[in-house]
Amino acid sequence: MTTRTIEGTPVFDGAAAQRGYALNAMCFSFNDPANRAAFVADEREYCRKFGLTPEQRSAVERRDIPGLIAAGGNIYYLAKLAGILGLSVQDIGALQTGLSVDQFKAKLLAHAEAM
Amino acid sequence: MATILGGIFCSHVPGIGGAIAKGLQRDPYWKPFFDGFDPVHRWLDHARPTTAIVFYNDHGLNFFLDKMPTFAVGAAPDYRNADEGWGLAVSPPFAGEPELSWHVIEALVEAEFDVTTCQQMLVDHALTIPFALAWPGATRWPVRIVPIAINTVQHPLPSPKRCLALGRAVNAALRSWKGGDRILVMGTGGLSHQLDGGRAGHINVPYDRFCMDSLAGDPDAMTTQSSLDVVELAGTQGVEILNWIAARGALGARATELSRTYHIPISNTAAAVMLLEAHDAMQPA
Repeated sequence: MTTRTIEGTPVFDGAAAQRGYALNAMCFSFNDPANRAAFVADEREYCRKFGLTPEQRSAVERRDIPGLIAAGGNIYYLAKLAGILGLSVQDIGALQTGLSVDQFKAKLLAHAEAM
Repeated sequence: MATILGGIFCSHVPGIGGAIAKGLQRDPYWKPFFDGFDPVHRWLDHARPTTAIVFYNDHGLNFFLDKMPTFAVGAAPDYRNADEGWGLAVSPPFAGEPELSWHVIEALVEAEFDVTTCQQMLVDHALTIPFALAWPGATRWPVRIVPIAINTVQHPLPSPKRCLALGRAVNAALRSWKGGDRILVMGTGGLSHQLDGGRAGHINVPYDRFCMDSLAGDPDAMTTQSSLDVVELAGTQGVEILNWIAARGALGARATELSRTYHIPISNTAAAVMLLEAHDAMQPA
């Protein structure tokens, strides 16, 4: 497993991949529109079916993106859940950095101005 | 005998697909990026490739964490795109070239790259968006493909050095291919970006410039770091530069930069388009 830490940067390694397996499996299932509809119809039942841990179920319920990542969620799979929830990657960025979405977008644009 | 023509290196942000669907190519936010393809289109008209070797990474359409190959080579007669879960229109399918795929696979394993082979393989936005950019509006793609997927999702990732060596081994395979293919190499993804964590929104202009400056003339300069070093520099998703590094290796020893576009931001990403022409592609890398 990775022992190195990079500030503010989750490294999706073997430990995370094991911890997050059920959550990521659920998100992978969202490639199928019928599964997205089933999640929307009954979130709790859908999470139960995939065997999410209590921590993962709670993070899904609370739309807690940092919590989902801490519980082993990989951002590429979580993006499929975010799509159902109507969250863009800027929304996700804002939720993780404590900025408003407009502030987060402004921060991205500021990189261009620094060029 | 096959000819290696050159390489297209570009970002594959899903938002680009959304912008194409909405016809936003001339919108001020998007125009600088889409304009980067004008020289690519002119070059493609002249180069007339028949075959594309595409280095990319899957984002959870074809591969899940149950089986995660470090290097996977497509060997299918055709490749489909499919619903990725967040609304991007499904791309037209791609024709494969299984004989060339198996030739590449045999050469790679002979060179001690023990790759995974895929006779069925869905290809995601990391492959379809660069095609939609290279051949806008196409309903049938003008090239057959050999897709090569590199794991940039689950650590440990292959090192930049190993990815360049993989690309060079692909170059050697192409040089020994008896077919008359006119070959385009593509490397997709990057440049710096990070979607997750407290550092979400990370962009590193000096590192991106270093990569773009090194790509044609000194790709080995990008291989002195580990993959985790690259994550620290370029971000958790910026590590997709591994696809560019491998693709550069496949071009052969010498390449000339024909065009470059670098534009910030597209979505959360420092986006780039580069076009390289291959030289001495038939000489050992």
